[in-house]
Amino acid sequence: MKHFIADTYHLLIRHIRTTLRIPVWIFVTLTQPVIWLALYGQLFRRVVEIPGFESDSYIQFLTPGVVIMTAFFGSAWAGMGIIEDLRGGVLDRMLATPVSRSALIASRVLHAGLTVSVQSIIILILGIILGADIPGGLGGALAILLLAALLGAGFSAISNGVALLTRREETLIAVINFFGMPLVFLSTAFMASELMPNWIRFVARGNPVNWAVNGARDAMLGQHWSDVWAYGLLLAAFVLIAGFFSTQAFRMYQRSA
Amino acid sequence: MGAISVKSLTKTYGNGVEALRGVSFEVEQGEIFGLLGPNGAGKSTTVRILATLTQPGGGEAYVGGYNVVTDPAGVRRSIGYVAQASGVDPWGTGRENLMLQAHILRVPSDRARARVDELLEWVGLTEAANKLVNTYSGGMKRRLDIAMGLVHEPSILYLDEPTTGLDPETRAALWRDLDELRRDRKLTVLLTTHYLEEADRLCDRLAIVDHGKVVVEGTPNELKAAIRGDTVTLEVAGASEPAAAALRELDVVYEVIPNGTSVVANVASGAAAIPQLVTALERAGIEIEEVTLSRPSLDDVYLQYTGHRFDAGEAAPEGMGR
Repeated sequence: MKHFIADTYHLLIRHIRTTLRIPVWIFVTLTQPVIWLALYGQLFRRVVEIPGFESDSYIQFLTPGVVIMTAFFGSAWAGMGIIEDLRGGVLDRMLATPVSRSALIASRVLHAGLTVSVQSIIILILGIILGADIPGGLGGALAILLLAALLGAGFSAISNGVALLTRREETLIAVINFFGMPLVFLSTAFMASELMPNWIRFVARGNPVNWAVNGARDAMLGQHWSDVWAYGLLLAAFVLIAGFFSTQAFRMYQRSA
Repeated sequence: MGAISVKSLTKTYGNGVEALRGVSFEVEQGEIFGLLGPNGAGKSTTVRILATLTQPGGGEAYVGGYNVVTDPAGVRRSIGYVAQASGVDPWGTGRENLMLQAHILRVPSDRARARVDELLEWVGLTEAANKLVNTYSGGMKRRLDIAMGLVHEPSILYLDEPTTGLDPETRAALWRDLDELRRDRKLTVLLTTHYLEEADRLCDRLAIVDHGKVVVEGTPNELKAAIRGDTVTLEVAGASEPAAAALRELDVVYEVIPNGTSVVANVASGAAAIPQLVTALERAGIEIEEVTLSRPSLDDVYLQYTGHRFDAGEAAPEGMGR
């Protein structure tokens, strides 16, 4: 346990350092949310005029959706890092040492949660600049960060698991392209639940992205706190299952290597 | 028991490729032991099993007294592993790479910094220590790799194809480094290579591996001495089989091995035998294009035991099965 914590810390530092040393990554991370918020905010501005739409400001509605969408996509790509390590021999070099195996995964999951939190803060600030409001206050904002971080941790664990099972960038890219947009559109990120077709509303109930969007929107508005907690618990369970999947995938990788 | 003890290791990959078919050898404390063979012979698979990265199908292996299957943690503490793929983080500096490696190899934090400084100095990377590894040359990266393998002062070091992909100058420099390593640190080194001259130059003892088996084991000199006399290589026009048949008739010839368009003959004395060899082939109506005489080299040892000339690129690259 002592080794697990220390190893996780040292590996986390390495991942953070790597992230900060790729300027393109920082540039994209900072500009993409601006594009999402500004573009979608403009494009779908008049959606709120549809009778039955729950909000009268689309940017208000969209901001938590973009926070969660960014968290989702950012973490879905997390597996690319482990494929790079695998290709370059870094993973094997580490596996030939007594390093804690769980720390190898945990540090990546934590790293995803951390980057997602930073991105979320940036998007929230942008949303406020563009006219969104956070009636939920500081508590609401912290709850949004937590929900985004949980979602990010879960999907980064799945992404790492898929990466370890397939060991190919191409496969991971295909999987993300296949599931990515559908999971976002099967949520209330862009469209109010009341206006969704019944079947989508039904499917969305089992979609972790939707849990996070709904929870984040309630937290932002400072309403339905018990729902926020419930979504948080669901996401925590999702993280545990995803974490189990990725450690199993890691075991399989080691067995078959 | 030696530092490394390997008994009848087998390994078949999921796709049916039989990488190892019973590899056995012993490495004594303090020697440089080489596994020599072409790509795909099973060298890297053997090292990966000994580094606890993959499980053997059968057989047993002990490293520093620890069983690789039942006590992988003990093995991992005892070894430094310098793999074929570099394994250094290109987005970290040389120093950062070494510090992380020191940490995960359980070097006490108060010792790590001094140890890393000392290693950087030793591999000549003190000036480049704070530069990102992706700015390093191939030779610098390889020296960092070796430093990474030594950071916890292991008693056993694995070097898997340490000079593959390096230019001749860098290779020669690395050989000098390895000589120094042997002199200064007295550690046990398991080295794999597909360069005959590298095995000849560096190894105290070596095993020739071919198609997943050790075909012969000994010191480079023992192996060369086992080949009697001189080696005469005759390039012939057309197939070499009839030429080999003609040469086998001669008393001066110990052994003849046809190999593509050339015939390799072992003779007691090359100078005395060449006229007879040439006459025999002329009589058989075989045209000779070139005759070369050489003292036995590891290449000849290799040919003698495997029945084919050494060609580093002949088999499928190793690791294809993974």
